[in-house]
Amino acid sequence: MSEERRDDGREAADARVDVDHHVSHYLCIGCPLGCRLEVEEEAGEIVEIRGQSCKKGEVFARQEHTDPRRVVTTTVAIDGGLWSRLPVKTAGDVPKGAVVDVCRLLHELRLEAPVTIGQVVAADVLGTGVDVVASRDMPRA
Amino acid sequence: MRYDVAVIGGGVIGCAIARELSRYRLRAVVIERECEVGLGTSKANSGIIHAGHHGAEGTLKGELEWRGNQMWDALADDLHFGFRRVGDLTCAFDEDQRATLRQIMEQGQRRGVPGLELWGPERLRREEPHLSHDIVEALYAPTAGVVNPYEACFMLAESAVRNGVDLALERTVRGIRRSEKGFDIDVVFGDAAAPELIKARFVVDAAGLHADAIADMVDAGGFRIRARKGEEYLLDKRLVGYVKRIVFPCPTPTSKGILVIPTYDGTLMVGPTATWAEKDDLATTAAGSAEVFAGARKLAPGISEKDCIAEFAGLRAVSDTEEFILGPSRVAGFVLAAGMQSPALTAAPAVATVVLDALRDDGLELVAKDDFEPKVPAPVRFAELSHAEQRSLVARDPAYARLVCRCEIVTEGEVRDAIERGARTLDGIKFRTRAGMGRCQGGFCTWGCMELLHERLGIPMTAVTKRGGDSWVAMERLEGAP
Amino acid sequence: MITPRPAHLQPRYDVVVVGGGPAGLAAAVGARESGAERVLVIDREPEAGGILQQCIHPGFGLHHFGEELTGPEYAQRAIVQTLEHDVDVLSSAYVLDVATDRRLKVTSRDHGVAFLDAGAVVLAMGARERTRGAIRIPGDRPAGVMTAGFAQKLVNLGGVLPGRRAVILGSGDIGLIMARRLVLEGVEVEGVYELMPHANGLNRNIVQCLHDYDIPLHLSTTVVHVHGGERVQKVTVAPVDDAYRPDLGRARDVPCDTLLVSIGLIPDNELAHRLGLRLDPVTTGPVVTSTMETTRDGVFACGNVVHIHDLVDYVSQESMLAGRGAGAYATGTPTPPDNVRLTPGENVRYCVPPTITTDREHTVYMRVSKPMAPCTLHLGDVYQRPLRYVFPGEMVTLKVRPRFLEGFHGGSLTVSIVPREEGGSA
Repeated sequence: MSEERRDDGREAADARVDVDHHVSHYLCIGCPLGCRLEVEEEAGEIVEIRGQSCKKGEVFARQEHTDPRRVVTTTVAIDGGLWSRLPVKTAGDVPKGAVVDVCRLLHELRLEAPVTIGQVVAADVLGTGVDVVASRDMPRA
Repeated sequence: MRYDVAVIGGGVIGCAIARELSRYRLRAVVIERECEVGLGTSKANSGIIHAGHHGAEGTLKGELEWRGNQMWDALADDLHFGFRRVGDLTCAFDEDQRATLRQIMEQGQRRGVPGLELWGPERLRREEPHLSHDIVEALYAPTAGVVNPYEACFMLAESAVRNGVDLALERTVRGIRRSEKGFDIDVVFGDAAAPELIKARFVVDAAGLHADAIADMVDAGGFRIRARKGEEYLLDKRLVGYVKRIVFPCPTPTSKGILVIPTYDGTLMVGPTATWAEKDDLATTAAGSAEVFAGARKLAPGISEKDCIAEFAGLRAVSDTEEFILGPSRVAGFVLAAGMQSPALTAAPAVATVVLDALRDDGLELVAKDDFEPKVPAPVRFAELSHAEQRSLVARDPAYARLVCRCEIVTEGEVRDAIERGARTLDGIKFRTRAGMGRCQGGFCTWGCMELLHERLGIPMTAVTKRGGDSWVAMERLEGAP
Repeated sequence: MITPRPAHLQPRYDVVVVGGGPAGLAAAVGARESGAERVLVIDREPEAGGILQQCIHPGFGLHHFGEELTGPEYAQRAIVQTLEHDVDVLSSAYVLDVATDRRLKVTSRDHGVAFLDAGAVVLAMGARERTRGAIRIPGDRPAGVMTAGFAQKLVNLGGVLPGRRAVILGSGDIGLIMARRLVLEGVEVEGVYELMPHANGLNRNIVQCLHDYDIPLHLSTTVVHVHGGERVQKVTVAPVDDAYRPDLGRARDVPCDTLLVSIGLIPDNELAHRLGLRLDPVTTGPVVTSTMETTRDGVFACGNVVHIHDLVDYVSQESMLAGRGAGAYATGTPTPPDNVRLTPGENVRYCVPPTITTDREHTVYMRVSKPMAPCTLHLGDVYQRPLRYVFPGEMVTLKVRPRFLEGFHGGSLTVSIVPREEGGSA
């Protein structure tokens, strides 16, 4: 890739050639080159990955296409600390589709200081196998 | 509520009148539609106390400019707002303009304005090295000064209140009827539906942009007020001292031109423009910005847009004749103080005495109080204190050791004082303490100010506003989000 | 993380660090490591950690701690490390002045107004955000116009929301991160608008903050008017041409109640001005030597106050160096002066430090003026290195080893980065 294009990375809607065959587009996040990746799928199987400049790009494309996952960070209500919100994160990545529900669940919680960094705030959140943990100590103020 | 005098409008004119009234044994009220005084045109003007020589001969503006100019030292002494006589320079770029300078100088001298002198290029370079070398001559007037106009409003109002005047804030006048004893004024508080009634024997119309509508309510008007907008641009504090005096180009019939103003606190301000506008149009514009910086650069070539930290616009209340409309109206007991555009700030103390004379002539008895207190306590300005004063202040109250605004060095103690003395909003704190006026434009201090308003006024953080009404800053989290 | 208050303030410290964010915390560690006995960090917030405390997202620490952390996690590690090195941390305190003899005037709730003397001072005050006034967006001045960082503080620390429907101006990482953050708090983000023809933030943020939530990114478009008497009612946006001039004929109004402005950071160099330090016109931060010493003896500087970083890991690295320099100075260990000037050449906007020595290893940080892939970095004609890509939003680092400079006897080397043909010789 010799040209550095840095627009928002979205192409037109993924092209559907027929019901079983389509091409999906992704912007690679592995490095600032931002390769425009294409994943061609037929009958539910990936037939080709194009556009990458390195192996990391290919791995990324496959992952994003089959099982996109994200680390979720948000804040949870906490009483008795310096701040009224405690920053938390998922200890690993969760399916991208679960992000909004994970946040909804966390926004219902109310904790009490003191809390220790790494403390589990929600175990195995929404059955993802991933815990949500505190990102910091929050001692009693 | 019954009063002897109701002053409609809490800008610098209304506040100056209120303070004058407070010297006498009578019941007075200032009716102001914003949540604090001075938040209309008065907070947005250039803050210049004109030297006294620019106003044309034989005009009310000219006469009151000089009279008013001479009254500001005493006021600042009593009321502790920032005021300093920095002097001004009116600059000529060619022979015709040099002739104009001489005319203005002679006009001032005839009026009795002292110290006027013409400076040639060498004197200018020495005194103001950053001014343009294209300036061939300048008229220096030592009597010009700079003031923080909103501070003056707050302190005038505070003095009036301390001496018994009532402030009816957040009240909009909806109608005025003549009654047997004077006037019945219908006011609406905030956005309430039902009006309240204020009765007054005499009314002073100091309602700025809306003075015409107010006067028309009792058919005392017959004049029209139009709004002329002026945009101003504030520059980074690194330019403090860049220019020491207020710098004017040669004046034109409609405007004093684009000026370079070293404000009381040192921040350089450039502007204002002059364009007709609707009475609610306070937008700054790309064209206005271009005009201001071009005009400023003509006087001081080193000024750049890169130094801009903030901008604002103000609306001048302009009468058809461009003159003040000041004195009795055709309705007995209804006194006008309208059309108060430049040099109205300068003239304000003198305007107040003219208004009181008109009220007296209309039948208001003015009996001086023997317990009138002319002074208000000086507000603490931590940044201006000596080390020893700072230490003893902090020993008295550690709230003065906690910094809320780091750009302008304003402490928690000062913000609390401002709230104590009437600040209800972030702008109210800003205009009393300078917190939020600096180069980070509130990025650091806004949260701290919000917390203090929440704490001292007992309101939720989400009820804190920038300047009252619907200007909320934050809202509560949303149930069930995302 | 609340640090224990120092019970007393000493009248003199070997090293005083102004600022307790990641830069100041690392500088303090560096100072202790180089033998300074009494080290004090002064910070204006109620807890140390600086801006990291509100950066609740991950992306920090991969280089410095070897794992990916959120901002608060990085802050806590840095604070713990600093306290473990027996450094005093004074919070809710503000340095009003630093005199040229390194006497500091400090005001704090705990100790009132106090004077401290310092063997050496490290300036680590970080950066502030550019505000609306810096670009003079025309229009009204209602409530609801704020920097992205201020909105971040409202949401993440304050537990409140800036509004219900936001427009974001600026596609730098802070703006992108806030786009996602707001959506996850139920705020509608109408779009991100960017003056330049390309986004400024990391691709990771474009994908995970914008694409994930279908937030449109409008390039070569800017906000030309803010409308609203008391609260924002709408903004007007318009496309711009190659010279960044808005085409008002194609302007459109966007109803919203919030405008977040994310248009860059500026080193917070108030104290640098007061000290009369020489400033670099490109970075607007103080000019420093290879030990991060400014043009005033014994005054060092590090982190965003010197030049705006993207990776906090580099801030920590650079700041430890500054701390070591300050500690060495305070304990009377002379440091040989720099003897090589690095002159920014083709496509290089600046180098920090701008001078180095031939006898030690140095990490030089630089930024390019345009994206290039692939390219070659040239250090004069004594050293060159092929690079896969560079772009303005990502700082380039170069480890200069003494062996590169063997045989170099000149005073100045030009640092340039030029594109090279794919597959061509490096």
